[in-house]
Amino acid sequence: MAIKPEAQSKVSLERHGLTDEQLVAILRTMLMQRTLENRGFQLNRQGKIPFASASEGHEAVQAGAAMAFERGKDILVPYYRDLGLALGIGLTPYEVLLSLFARAADHSAGRQFPHHYASRRLGLHTISSIIAAQLPHAVGAAFALQYSGETGRAVLTTFGDGATSEGEWHESVNFAAVHTLPIVFLCENNEWAISTPLSKQMGQPDVFKRAEGYGLPGGVVDGMDPIACYAAVGAAMQRARSGGGPTLVEAKCYRFLSHTTDDDDRTYRSPDEVQARRKDDPVPCFERLLVERAVLNAEQVEALKRGVLEETNDATDRAEAMAYPDAADLYEKVYAEGWEPWTV
Amino acid sequence: MAMEGLRPIAEIQFADFIYPSFNQIVGEAAKIRYRSNGEYTCPLVIRTPYGGGVRGALSHSVSIEALFYHVPGLKIVAPSFPDDVKGLLNAAIDDPDPVLFLEHKKTYRLIKGEVPDGHYTIPLGKANVRKAGTQLTVVSYGLYLHWALEAAQRLQEENVSVEVIDLRSIRPMDKTAILTSVQKTRKLLIVHEDNKFGGIGAEISAMVAEEALFSLDSPIRRLCGPDVPSMGYALPLEEEFMSSPAEMADAMRAMVKF
Repeated sequence: MAIKPEAQSKVSLERHGLTDEQLVAILRTMLMQRTLENRGFQLNRQGKIPFASASEGHEAVQAGAAMAFERGKDILVPYYRDLGLALGIGLTPYEVLLSLFARAADHSAGRQFPHHYASRRLGLHTISSIIAAQLPHAVGAAFALQYSGETGRAVLTTFGDGATSEGEWHESVNFAAVHTLPIVFLCENNEWAISTPLSKQMGQPDVFKRAEGYGLPGGVVDGMDPIACYAAVGAAMQRARSGGGPTLVEAKCYRFLSHTTDDDDRTYRSPDEVQARRKDDPVPCFERLLVERAVLNAEQVEALKRGVLEETNDATDRAEAMAYPDAADLYEKVYAEGWEPWTV
Repeated sequence: MAMEGLRPIAEIQFADFIYPSFNQIVGEAAKIRYRSNGEYTCPLVIRTPYGGGVRGALSHSVSIEALFYHVPGLKIVAPSFPDDVKGLLNAAIDDPDPVLFLEHKKTYRLIKGEVPDGHYTIPLGKANVRKAGTQLTVVSYGLYLHWALEAAQRLQEENVSVEVIDLRSIRPMDKTAILTSVQKTRKLLIVHEDNKFGGIGAEISAMVAEEALFSLDSPIRRLCGPDVPSMGYALPLEEEFMSSPAEMADAMRAMVKF
């Protein structure tokens, strides 16, 4: 298993079988995540959208994990801070912008908060705002795979450190261990549950240690290192797909921005803390690594960034031009066709 | 499981133990279709025994329907007869959305009835007039439906004609069946075991007041569980909580005389 016993601060030099194209794809997903996320905050500050949430600092774990996800086979049950994971498995920037603008063509038809996607096409489950509510869905999906005798498929579910204090998290991890379910629990530990620091969340700082108590393997990985995250999640997913059962992977990352556009993190943590952690910012670190390793040259990096920005601008313009849902859509899809909202 | 194409049938034994899953039922299952615009659905059936009168004390007696019937996206079924249980359970399993299937635990052994062979369904959302009558409409479900029928039979012997509607489905509710009956009898009594305040009876009486007030010849009355936790273990406490066919017959007589 590729999971390391301890978090490392340096981005790994091991390729773990990744080709140049895959390494560049990972960097592009990371750049796209950051650009789209900034776009959400910009649109909010421009008064064009009421809300956006943040995942800056999660780029490495998400792009790495996405590379370990087999499209068309695996099932992703994420949380609301998983922009990069969704992009990495195939969600388009245009779909993200439709979500930000709450347009009718959005997957929730404008009903959900931004970044709460759902795509049957991608195997991407509908996302809840409720912390840890996705965990029972994830083990249910894994149980369905096992019950239906489906082999070679697995569920990847993600959550933050705060979710691991919820009862549903513990119930789900235990259930997966008891039934040897094909699932990987990936904790994106960014040390902050909105305003609650890790020290007020847990009696010790390591989520992965909880695995032992439930009888499944657990490991920790540097969440700022996309290749290490790919390797750890990939090994765990392979284990799940081949009937080996569940794994808990903890990726240590950091949340650089406020929780959402409605949150001001200066009220609960010092800018110095955030500044100090910026040295580990995974996007420039990985970019540097690929240049140092001659996977890309400086010009190619610039071209990549330009392409990401152009795609984001284009997606923004196209999504903004799309229509809002009709007011009448409020009444749709409460029940199946023929069972439209019943009222006395 | 339901979101991945299966049709899971969960059992929460007993309904009093359903509260930890409130988040999953109300916050998640009921909204999956809506929040994904139909890309994901949750065709889940949750069977759960509810209700008291069985010396079940405070955690094996509760009627939970009012805690869930407020929730768009859910359906709630509460059959009272064995043939309805089979037909409605089949319909609930076929249904493309989450259904809470309430089974009154005292009826498990108390009520016997023929169950047709083979597969059949009874549509959700349809009430059933179990006894036709002309002077008063009684709407009930669960154990109390049987007691209301017993009381109505007693009144029949006194030449008082009471119509008894078995609600069967709590959400969606068969508004047409209730209004049709009330417009005929001009009087409405709602009988349920669940606490009175904010119960199913409150919604039915509000609906009838909105839609058929001028058809009524008397105030609507609700004969319901008292607004205390259901229900004390000691026999006098349980008996005080529970109604009886005799009490229901008295309420019916008083309304017919009004």
